[in-house]
Amino acid sequence: MTLGRIIYRSLRQHALSTSVAAASIALAGGLAITVWRVKDQAQASFSQVSAGFDAVLGARGSRLQIVLNAIFHLEASPGNIAQADYEQIAAHPAVLHAVPIAVGDNYHGFRIVGVPYEALAAVELTPGRRLALAAGRAIDGADGHEAVVGAFAARRLGLAVGDTFHPYHGLYFDEAAQHAETYTVVGVLQSTNTPIDRVILIPLAGVQTMSGHAAATATDVSAVLIKLRSPMAGRSLDLLYNKQGNRLTFAWPVASVVGELFGKIAWFQDVLALVAYGVALVAIGSVLVSVYSSMTARRRDIAILRALGARRSTVFLAVLGESVVTGLAGALGGLVLHLGLMSGAAVVIRRETGVVLDVASWAPVIAIVPAALLVLCAIAGLVPAWKAYRLPVADALTPVS
Amino acid sequence: MPRTVRWRGRVRRAFCLSAHRAFGLSTGVPLLQIEHLEKSFPAPDGSRHAVLDVPHFALEAGRHVALRGTSGSGKTTLLHCIAGIHAPDRGRIVIDGVDMAALSEARRDRTRAQLLGYVFQTFNLLQGFTVLENVLLGMAFGPGADAARATTLLGTLGLGDKLQHFPRQLSTGQQQRVAVARALAHRPRLVLADEPTASLDPAAARAAINLLHVACRNEGAALLMVSHSPELLAGFDETLDLATLNRAAVPGLKTEN
Repeated sequence: MTLGRIIYRSLRQHALSTSVAAASIALAGGLAITVWRVKDQAQASFSQVSAGFDAVLGARGSRLQIVLNAIFHLEASPGNIAQADYEQIAAHPAVLHAVPIAVGDNYHGFRIVGVPYEALAAVELTPGRRLALAAGRAIDGADGHEAVVGAFAARRLGLAVGDTFHPYHGLYFDEAAQHAETYTVVGVLQSTNTPIDRVILIPLAGVQTMSGHAAATATDVSAVLIKLRSPMAGRSLDLLYNKQGNRLTFAWPVASVVGELFGKIAWFQDVLALVAYGVALVAIGSVLVSVYSSMTARRRDIAILRALGARRSTVFLAVLGESVVTGLAGALGGLVLHLGLMSGAAVVIRRETGVVLDVASWAPVIAIVPAALLVLCAIAGLVPAWKAYRLPVADALTPVS
Repeated sequence: MPRTVRWRGRVRRAFCLSAHRAFGLSTGVPLLQIEHLEKSFPAPDGSRHAVLDVPHFALEAGRHVALRGTSGSGKTTLLHCIAGIHAPDRGRIVIDGVDMAALSEARRDRTRAQLLGYVFQTFNLLQGFTVLENVLLGMAFGPGADAARATTLLGTLGLGDKLQHFPRQLSTGQQQRVAVARALAHRPRLVLADEPTASLDPAAARAAINLLHVACRNEGAALLMVSHSPELLAGFDETLDLATLNRAAVPGLKTEN
């Protein structure tokens, strides 16, 4: 009954301030873990998602822009490259697969990617896994007005096999920019957990010759996705295109280029982390204030306990226990909040990029942050606990008569 | 506490308790003995203000003694010293063979939890705890919480249906009974009562004192009550004027530096 019951009753007696303190701890813990894990998971997931390609050949420009455009379907292309350049790299002995893509159109914000479907389907997106259809069939031929829709895009757009649609010009949806061509959905892809889930695939020539596109560049491609025979073979191509040439950019290796992205937004993560640490400090302060004021309000109760025979160490532990239990409740709440925030972040990241975060995976930070908060709460509890320890019992009981 | 002292205390306690319960008589062996007790507090001018100077006082096991004293006569301080809440400046306070004044604070806490019950002026019930929990706390730091015993005791005091109530849900008289139950729950040898009827009207105060007498006699506990109300002191085996015991109670008699 004794210690646990004393702690429980005291916390219940000050349920409001205890709840506020625990909630602020939960907020701090949840934010800190989420900021850390989203950064970690996003970096890991983006680095792993190369959609099966080692490199991208694009127009002269930023390597990051080329990778984001061709692999993640996020940025605008820095420009087109000629058919001859595609043919040259496709014939290079170091290249296993060269898949040209053409972008520049969308359907309600989801990118339309012109690509030779068979060539894309031949590449392993992840080891042992190629494009697979959930419904319908593959695009038949290079000129037909047929489309295969990625799993996420199909779900969001409500497209199914047999549906037809008109593409819109540009990478972003503009109702006034509708193309005249009509495309028929012939297949829906299985989910790949890569950015391909968010695109609509049509034949390469479909984008190249879409009405309104410049006829002079009808054979150009936006980029070429490269699968090398050996990852290290990229060195010679890097030398060829980046060091010796000045018309094209060979973005290799993809994972390292993605790393640049996270390097560029590191400051933002630092700011978020700083906010989380700030919230943690405020939260610890609120625990200190809550337990301290609770202890001050209960001076008489503590004196009564002492008069009933409770030792100094007992009341010390009881007050310290309040801090620890408040911290524990906050830490557990933080884990729950983290799961909610992480799930939300995963949904947003998947919707915007097609990259899937592993919400359920384990990371040391999941244990370290709650443990650190618990320790800090215990430290915060030492001050009121010491005050309880030193309480002059007789003074707090009754005035001397 | 040395082992021999502890055993001596236990043997004496067993003997006195059986004698008292069997014959309703005093055994003549002092349960509480005070010798040359002095206690002072710092005064605002830096000197020390003597509150207690008790050359001798003894209370036999099972006896009910009332100490009458005016405000400022040192009643509460005396009880606090006996209970080990205050450490005296000098002197001995021997309870059941144990000199409280010679014990460390932790030992005093333990001894208080085992040997003494305390009924405070304002009851001092813990408002966040139920009636049953308040009584269990009276046992928790001594022999250990015994829910069956606490329930029975509360039942005999007419609070059997209030176990899960909180003190604020009780009348003043009921709160007083909870305080009595808490003071007796761990079967103390001595119950100290500090103006326990101060918050009650005269009729309720008389009933409360009777309740205290009956409960202490049932449990075989000695009772030492301090009060400034002469009308409540009937029924005690002995009534003493604190001014005759405490030389410091006379203003200006003694001031230490």
